[in-house]
Amino acid sequence: MTDISSASGPAASKAKEAKSKVFHRKVKNYSRYERFWHWSQAILIFVLAFSGFTVHGTIRFIPFHSAVMMHDIAAFVLIFLWLFTAFWTFTTGQWRHFVPTNAGLWEVIMHYLVGMMRGQPHPYKRTLSRKQNPLQSFAYFSIMTLVGPLLWLSGLAYMFYSFWAGNSGNHEIFSLVVLLHLIGAFLMVAFVIGHIYMVTTGKTLIHYTKAMITGFEDMELTEAEVTYLEAHEPDRIK
Amino acid sequence: MANFASKGRRPHIKALRGLVMAVSALSFVSLLSLSNIEALAASGQETLPHSPVNADAKASALQLSGKPAGGTADHSKFEILQQDFKSGPEVTKACLSCHTEAADQVQHTLHWKWETKNEATGQTLGKRTVINSFCGNVASNEPRCTSCHAGYGWEDMRQPPPSDPEAVDCLVCHADTALYKKFPTKAGHPLYEPTPWNGKIVQPPNLSMAAQSVTNPQRENCGSCHYYGGGGDGVKHGDLDSSLNHPDAALDVHMNADGLNMACTACHSGSGHQWPGSRYSTEAKPTTITNDGEETKTAKIRSLDQHAGLMEPSASCESCHSARPHDGNDIMGIKLNDHTDTVACQTCHVPEFARGGVATKTLWDWSTAGKLKDGKPYKVMDEHGHPSYMSEKGDFEYAENVQPFYSWFNGETTWTLLDDTIDPTKVVEINALGGSATDGKSRIWPFKRMHSRQPYDKANNQLVYNHVFGKDDTALWTNFDWDKSVPAAMEFIGKDFSGELGFVDTYMYWPITHMVAPKEQAVRCTECHAKEGRLDGITGIYMPGRDNFKWLDWIGYAAFGLTLLGVLIHALLRIIFRNRKTQA
Repeated sequence: MTDISSASGPAASKAKEAKSKVFHRKVKNYSRYERFWHWSQAILIFVLAFSGFTVHGTIRFIPFHSAVMMHDIAAFVLIFLWLFTAFWTFTTGQWRHFVPTNAGLWEVIMHYLVGMMRGQPHPYKRTLSRKQNPLQSFAYFSIMTLVGPLLWLSGLAYMFYSFWAGNSGNHEIFSLVVLLHLIGAFLMVAFVIGHIYMVTTGKTLIHYTKAMITGFEDMELTEAEVTYLEAHEPDRIK
Repeated sequence: MANFASKGRRPHIKALRGLVMAVSALSFVSLLSLSNIEALAASGQETLPHSPVNADAKASALQLSGKPAGGTADHSKFEILQQDFKSGPEVTKACLSCHTEAADQVQHTLHWKWETKNEATGQTLGKRTVINSFCGNVASNEPRCTSCHAGYGWEDMRQPPPSDPEAVDCLVCHADTALYKKFPTKAGHPLYEPTPWNGKIVQPPNLSMAAQSVTNPQRENCGSCHYYGGGGDGVKHGDLDSSLNHPDAALDVHMNADGLNMACTACHSGSGHQWPGSRYSTEAKPTTITNDGEETKTAKIRSLDQHAGLMEPSASCESCHSARPHDGNDIMGIKLNDHTDTVACQTCHVPEFARGGVATKTLWDWSTAGKLKDGKPYKVMDEHGHPSYMSEKGDFEYAENVQPFYSWFNGETTWTLLDDTIDPTKVVEINALGGSATDGKSRIWPFKRMHSRQPYDKANNQLVYNHVFGKDDTALWTNFDWDKSVPAAMEFIGKDFSGELGFVDTYMYWPITHMVAPKEQAVRCTECHAKEGRLDGITGIYMPGRDNFKWLDWIGYAAFGLTLLGVLIHALLRIIFRNRKTQA
């Protein structure tokens, strides 16, 4: 097991340089758009899961036709949000946070399995250039590039089957589309449960939730970072 | 006349008031005309608004047919129709003196020939030969059954219908049904002299008045036969009965007497006395595309193309409503339109049949027919006043507001005919429905599934004909003896009968297409998209809400459960070890 602080890379070396002097400050890690994206996506996913599993016949709190309408509308909004966020992520350079990395992934996993029970601190230190730990990056990257597109591509095929199936009586392919959509749905549900639980593993139960609402989070900064933020982005630091 | 008021039809209430006032004030002449109307009212029938005995006859009161109401001729003014006709054929002769091609046209139709060749199956079908789940067969029972032939005097099914042009019955389709009626046992003729029937003396119709009342066929005309098939009102079809003479919107949005008031021919719209829409070749998935592959954008274009011979005449919903009938500007409409490739319009829009207060027969068990009490035939009525047993016919069940039976249907039916071998250990399908989920030609259709127990030849495993009607010593309804009636019928048509009579369960399928309910009453999504819903028996298609992928659902729910369990265990461990604090 390697110590994460000795890992190579710009973030790690920067942390090493500033080890002598660490500033604990509140920094705005999540921009307004990011928070809007997160919470609107959260609501939409809940609506989609609720209505989707109603259509599937798992739950029955609302009528079938309402569920279908809800699901269709929410799906379009989410796809639009997804596309716009993809655009936003690339134009603002935020995509860097999501690139998965193996470095430190194992340590983070072991922390959640073992270290946490021993009261050990989190092995990963957030930095301005990398605000997600490797496990987060891995999970979010998978959701955004695999499960999400699987769901909405199969969902669009599901929704518009009349356009491609026509009058052919092509019901087998339709079944396959439903199958893929359902696999995606189960994966998404599993992710959401895990995600919501992980949110409670911060310094306090609501630490992460609060951060995603206010945008601000306690960070360990170097002197250079503090100086830079105070001079150029005073809104981002308290 | 007074019973118009009870129907709540305002123009007639006014007309009635006017009439009453006029009568009270006026002279002997108007009293005379009133007595004429009273005589009709007393006979328990309504005169149609266009009848010549109704002084306020207006073409606008006619039902909406394939042709616009109001023409250029008033038949009551034709001298040739003012004669004292002695018989139906005499009337027809007068009709043909102007309508020179009418008889020839009629004599080329299914209404006349009762015979049609099914090109797909090669079977010869039609009333002349098929066996149905009701009275069974026409042959050997002619004068009773051919009372619904569109002609006069077809007395032997072994022969084609009479070829004489004057044998065509114009009046049954075109005259006011209050003024003209075929008599039940006269092989298509009306009465020509007073005749006792069911303990009363029935008067013959005034053929001159009937002839002067002619117009485009009204629902009452078509209904005079099609409502009463199988031996009574509503018995056979389930979606055709006398309640459609004056239906409200809830019963049928198209025929709604206070609304569109469409006649049968508004949809069954053809030319040359040929009407599309026969059960013998149904359009299960009607096209809106011409023979050249052109999409017809509107009902008017389709109508023109059909008249021009560019596409087959059609009596389908799509003819007017297109294949994407729901509002495409909202998501629900788009979603509903997505159903039209697999679900017939009628499946959702005729939620139940026999909704007009007239019950339809759902079960007919012939095997119990022939029982007598004190040597006499008897009848048992059920709590709704329908016969549940008759010595002549056996046991019955009737039902109202019946939910249809659903099946894939490509429009083809394969009939069990006299020469076909049956498997008596199974329910025999009188007209087995063709179609499947995958042929691209089928849709899910609603049917009345008639259940019967019918006579068959136990040795040959074939259905048999039965001689039921006649004042002879073999007819079942006169002699109550199966051992005479079946052999008599088989001998009549020259078929072998082993002498071993059995009874076999049969199903007969009647496509449901009339009694289209208002859209608010259409079948709800959840009535099909649910387990144990209306379409539970439909296979070959994935239906959201009804179906799942067993193993995937199992894995999915297990994954859900295990994830939840995982986080709960993790949370528990965190609570247990919450006080441990080690320095990193």
